[in-house]
Amino acid sequence: MEKTWNNKAWFMVLPVLVLVAFSAVIPLMTVVNYSVQDTFGNNEFFWAGTDWFLDVLESDRFWDALTRNLIFSAIILAIEIPLGIVIALNMPKKGIGVPICLVLMALPLLIPWNVVGTIWQVFGRVDIGLLGRTLATLGINYNYVQNPLDAWVTLIIMDVWHWTSLVVLLCYAGLVSIPDAYYQAAKIDGASRWSVFRYIQLPKMKRVLLIAFLLRFMDSFMIYTEPFVVTGGGPGNSTTFLSIDLVKMAIGQFDLGPAAALSIIYFLIILLLSWIFYTVMTTSDAQG
Amino acid sequence: MDFSWMAWTLPTALFFLTIALMLFGMGVWEYVSPGGNPRVGILRFETTRGDRLFVSLLGSAFIHLAWLGLVGANLWWALALSVIYAIGVFRYV
Repeated sequence: MEKTWNNKAWFMVLPVLVLVAFSAVIPLMTVVNYSVQDTFGNNEFFWAGTDWFLDVLESDRFWDALTRNLIFSAIILAIEIPLGIVIALNMPKKGIGVPICLVLMALPLLIPWNVVGTIWQVFGRVDIGLLGRTLATLGINYNYVQNPLDAWVTLIIMDVWHWTSLVVLLCYAGLVSIPDAYYQAAKIDGASRWSVFRYIQLPKMKRVLLIAFLLRFMDSFMIYTEPFVVTGGGPGNSTTFLSIDLVKMAIGQFDLGPAAALSIIYFLIILLLSWIFYTVMTTSDAQG
Repeated sequence: MDFSWMAWTLPTALFFLTIALMLFGMGVWEYVSPGGNPRVGILRFETTRGDRLFVSLLGSAFIHLAWLGLVGANLWWALALSVIYAIGVFRYV
């Protein structure tokens, strides 16, 4: 069927444009304006040009936090995507087990981020936490307050616990949409379990996996609340991600100009990486 | 309405005006020639002219940041490089 072009349909998009203007464009414009000026409050601003951008680009603090962010996102994606697929493949497709599994999977997603942080902060404490006390009893020297590696492990396990469910639910939605005829044809052909996964299930999950991958990347790259509650960016600066550094700069130090410059660079990096991921995955989808 | 809290300056206003004019221009272009002119360029995947504008703007932002970090604060050369880059994107991508 031939597509009908009707440019008047663009007017239907106007309400969304107005909404986005108020929620995103105007704040973004303000951040750009702040990034080239200095202020001491009282709505008075002084021109600073590109000084704040230069400060940010030349600071080790920025590059260290960016590196931590990239490592954290890479680890999260490397764990959550395969784990989510494995769990989704093993979930029941029929019977009473389906609603039980779906509710169990949805539970971590319903918990507010700061509550998740608080749960894991208490859970990991060596003096009163179930995890901390158990590990101490087993003779494992675990202390996320003092040891950077322990802090990282705690944050990664917390994020996996919190967000793998999202990947599972998306993959599961992709899996249940596969018609039985595909499986029947594979059975007649004597296809192995791996072949069914490789040639039927994985291609059918590609689109939902793209969404899961992008959502988890953007969210893990912008993570703030959970690490802030659990470690506060420590020990030292070992878990200070860009978002935590940004808040420290903007609210803690009231350096609005440098914070605005950092925000814009942060935004551009997320935009670039998301675009690359999206393009690579949609292109391979179109070719495959 | 008082927009002084947005801390407008002439350079940032001109910057956003330029972006708005580009988007308006793209709208007019789309009206005159609908469909987005999709094609496969040197990156070996299909792009519309909207994609090419996005790639041009995003790339220009990084050209400016790289110039600022590696060369210095005089960004006129970075702007010239960005224009050449954008022409290249619209021509070959």
